[in-house]
Amino acid sequence: MKFSLSWLKSVLDTKADARTIAEKLTSLGLEIEGVEDASAALTQFRVARVLTAEKHPQADKLQVLSVDLGDGTPLQVVCGAPNARAGLVGVLGTAGAVVPANGMVLRNSAIRGVESNGMMCSTRELGLGEDHDGIIELPEDAPVGTSFADYIGSDPVFDVAITPNRPDCMGVYGIARDLAASGLGVLKPIAAEAVAGSFPCPVEVRTDDAQGCPAFYGRVIRGVKNGPSPKWLQDFLKSAGQRPISALVDVTNFVMLGYGRPAHAYDLAKLSGAVVARKAVAGEKVVALNGKEYALEPWMTVIADDTGVHDIAGIMGGEHSGCGDDTTDVLLEVAYFDPPSIARTGQALALASDARGRFERGVDPAFLDTGMDLLTSLILEICGGEASEVIRAGEPPVARKSVAYDPALAGSLGGIDVADAEQKRILAALGFEVADDWAVTVPTWRPDVDGAPDIVEEVIRVHGLDAVPSTPLPRADGVAKPTATPAQMLERRVRRAAAARGLHEAITWSFLPEAEAAHFADGEALWTLANPISEDLKTMRPSLLPGLLSAVKRNLDRGASSVRLFEVGRRYLRGANGASDEKLSLGVVLAGDKVARGWASGKAQVFDAFDAKAEAMALLAEAGAPVDSLQVMGEAGPQFHPGQSATLRLGPKTVLARFGVLHPTTAKAFDIDGPVVVVELFLDRIPAKKGAGAFARPHFAPPPLQAVTRDFAFLVAAEVAAGDLLRSVKGADKANIVAARVFDDFRGVGVPEGQKSLAIEVTLQPVEKSYDEAALKAVADKVIAAAAKQGAVLRG
Amino acid sequence: MEQLDQQQTETLAAIADAATPDAVEAIRVAALGKQGWVSALLKSLGGMTPEQRTSEGPKIQGVREAVTAALASRKAVLESAVLEARLAAETVDLSLPAPEMPKGSIHPVAQVMDELAEIFADMGFAVASGPEIEDDWHNFTALNMPETHPARAMHDTFYFPDKDADGRSMLLRTHTSPVQIRTMLKEGAPLRIIAPGRVYRSDSDATHTPMFHQIEGLVIDKGIHLGHLKWTLETFLKAFFEREDIVLRLRPSYFPFTEPSVEVDVGYTLVGGKRVVGGSGDAADGGWMEVLGSGMVNRKVIEFGGLDPDEWQGFAFGTGVDRLAMLKYGLDDLRAFFDGDARWLGHYGFGALDVPTLSGGVGVRS
Repeated sequence: MKFSLSWLKSVLDTKADARTIAEKLTSLGLEIEGVEDASAALTQFRVARVLTAEKHPQADKLQVLSVDLGDGTPLQVVCGAPNARAGLVGVLGTAGAVVPANGMVLRNSAIRGVESNGMMCSTRELGLGEDHDGIIELPEDAPVGTSFADYIGSDPVFDVAITPNRPDCMGVYGIARDLAASGLGVLKPIAAEAVAGSFPCPVEVRTDDAQGCPAFYGRVIRGVKNGPSPKWLQDFLKSAGQRPISALVDVTNFVMLGYGRPAHAYDLAKLSGAVVARKAVAGEKVVALNGKEYALEPWMTVIADDTGVHDIAGIMGGEHSGCGDDTTDVLLEVAYFDPPSIARTGQALALASDARGRFERGVDPAFLDTGMDLLTSLILEICGGEASEVIRAGEPPVARKSVAYDPALAGSLGGIDVADAEQKRILAALGFEVADDWAVTVPTWRPDVDGAPDIVEEVIRVHGLDAVPSTPLPRADGVAKPTATPAQMLERRVRRAAAARGLHEAITWSFLPEAEAAHFADGEALWTLANPISEDLKTMRPSLLPGLLSAVKRNLDRGASSVRLFEVGRRYLRGANGASDEKLSLGVVLAGDKVARGWASGKAQVFDAFDAKAEAMALLAEAGAPVDSLQVMGEAGPQFHPGQSATLRLGPKTVLARFGVLHPTTAKAFDIDGPVVVVELFLDRIPAKKGAGAFARPHFAPPPLQAVTRDFAFLVAAEVAAGDLLRSVKGADKANIVAARVFDDFRGVGVPEGQKSLAIEVTLQPVEKSYDEAALKAVADKVIAAAAKQGAVLRG
Repeated sequence: MEQLDQQQTETLAAIADAATPDAVEAIRVAALGKQGWVSALLKSLGGMTPEQRTSEGPKIQGVREAVTAALASRKAVLESAVLEARLAAETVDLSLPAPEMPKGSIHPVAQVMDELAEIFADMGFAVASGPEIEDDWHNFTALNMPETHPARAMHDTFYFPDKDADGRSMLLRTHTSPVQIRTMLKEGAPLRIIAPGRVYRSDSDATHTPMFHQIEGLVIDKGIHLGHLKWTLETFLKAFFEREDIVLRLRPSYFPFTEPSVEVDVGYTLVGGKRVVGGSGDAADGGWMEVLGSGMVNRKVIEFGGLDPDEWQGFAFGTGVDRLAMLKYGLDDLRAFFDGDARWLGHYGFGALDVPTLSGGVGVRS
């Protein structure tokens, strides 16, 4: 909301300067977004008189002027304006002046061979309006030589952000009231005298929609002469960023911006029959003042006559019946519309307007007559004419709310004790009435106030929020307790573990292009936005991998030779009862070189599925998953290389992770060349540790006897998983075998076709006495027997 | 005996001249081996009379000791030379690079969230969370924004076409505030929580991304007032920026879920064209910057949270985590936060061991 200092001063008697006012507005909660003073840019321009004007010798459209600045030495200025002529008093910028409209610095130069020592300026060039048809023409008696800034006078414009709870401050008068309450001046009474009509209103005005339009006041003014409005009005409107249109339109805008009271003026000649507020009829359409056609729904309130809809009630007038230069009789509409209805209609039509903004927040329901008086007296004054009597259809909801208040609340809720008398003064200045028992009656222009905390806010904000003293929050005794949940601890731990393993943490969008999300949907129903900001940010991710893959692609495109990214975040699935089910996940993508070519290591090495497995196992271990009990199984998903991917499962069903080489088709879908390996950890599925856990560790005693190792080489069918054979071997004699690991997988010479040789190192831990030959043979026999169950034969 | 002296002298000279360990060994065999001349002399002692033994014995023993010592000494010298020669041949160029370990990083947003959790834990705030795909009741209605509330339109909400089982419209939460409602309903009062997380608004320009991070704070207790809110925010910002000269400016504002509502500006000083938090915004080279929205929790919100507003009151606040990270660590491009550019992450990210602690300071200085 913008307005000039002079507009403010027309309703507030104050001596405060613009800076003081601006600071006070911010401290009142009417946040200043800027204070602009157009005259500040005009100090280098001066009032000047054209003494002579002659044709430019080289150009038809230019003139050579002799311009007087009052100092006795006229300047020669070349000018292209059609209205430049001897005797004209205008505005001259000389060398060094900066043209406000375009930032151009003026300098002396030759134009088509004729020296020019300045520029006679148009309204637009000085940033004072749109007029650029010619140079500014000032009155004959304008003081030649004076600074133009001084001539037009400084009139700073305030730009204030009005919060949605303050419809009363969507008019200059309401802002002035707040300032007056804060001690920055005296609010002037509204100067609107009631105008008695001299004839009955010739048009029937009524409301058939008491819900949407509880009150509709109308009056005709006949015999008006529309045309440009007076300068003071135009200046006010321009300061508010409004373009003056015509007196009739400008007057309604003035009352809206000055008093927060929207109204509408119809050209009576374009109406026929009764003018009625009613619900729209299905299929009805109207072309609004913005030139667009709107299809109306039967629950929307409109103003219509016998021929059709003329106004989307409270939002925007119709093009057909608006006032123009030839308007002679006007019908004024001052109505009260139901705020929620206006909001719904505005949202449904996606139509914003100054009127809607005020009606949907709630205009003062007791201001209809005052608004009508303001409009009438201004129109009669500016346009002449004769006013009819007012028809008042319906009744606005003027009942005033009463709030039970306790002045102690300022301290107990607001944190600062304010004397009772001061509280009463503040409330009275804001228009509240305070009874002896502190029942507070709320003014009709404050629909936002409906409880005691609202009253506290009024008192505190005028008293000064900055005065509230800081009060330490009561502290629990002793050392602060841990506050993180197990899930948060898990998230922090895997995050730092992944970073410690050399991976960069990325944060990628939660929403993806639909196709990328679908690629990783694995049969889940996805969440897709109805109103995405773009097609690229449309469907919620069912996995962290697609977002990371796109990030990897961007890195590779930038020339990265090796990319290691991870992300910890949610994947978005469907839950019970239509709710969402968001699960904590960790994704890793490794692409490019695992090891760059090196003087010692030779050629560059690329990532393979075992690198993915290493990350999966290490991070699962950090996450507290029982990694020793995990089974490596297949079915990582169609996004993976079928022969180089796996799942890690706890039991046959609970998949804790999937990892492996990306399927070439998936890599292609993400436009990535070269092998990419990925890991996805389903952190939500990691079983919670049982019990709270104790600090003390289980007892450890180093075994007194040294462990021994024995190697076994088995021939086994190539398709048997090494992990299965290993598990059998390890479980062959649990009393003695404490570890077993595969150290060779050989196929080729000496190994029959379709088979492989797996070498396993078994670690045996003697407990009571060292092993003798017989004991070692007994263990070896058990190992061989266990391996045989996997079809393995000891290699001779 | 002169013969013995001469033999010893010759042998010692030969040892000194020996050029290789093998030559030393040959001399040792010739002197001290089974057939060696020193060994023969030692054996001859057995055939001597006691008197002869007394006079000859020490001399022969003296020769043996001298030869043995000379052999050992020469051997050590020669072996050391061999070792030195071998080591010299094993020299490597240690200016060559060692095997590289990739260096990972923690994203600034995650780091700052950890910092915030640490600071607020000290003030007794637990960390709470809630779904990002919310229903409009939790995101709006329960926060005192009924369907036609103008503030709803200001939120630029992303909607899903879906409705939940209760007929509520599903949307992406526009703030972390629904966690207030969920936590009140689940845990009752008293409460002290922070709720960090992703939030979404349909807004995209140089300083806005459609996804960003917020942190919400909520205190519900008895006798909590605006002064407590002010202290909490001051303490938090002082702890976060690790500066004592933090100056706050509180402005009345409007949020449907708080009453009174307070917008909080923090004073900054322009240092080399960049905003550095600290000092009064009214100072010559200073300014005010909006950092937090806050207020006393609206009675209706407490009711929607299942609590009695006559018994419980409290305050809430919310701020942008990304913005806090930018302010503290001098990042200037919000869009880069979500790009996953490894160069950016390596530059602005934090080490795995940079775990914020109160004892070590929650921030990481460069």
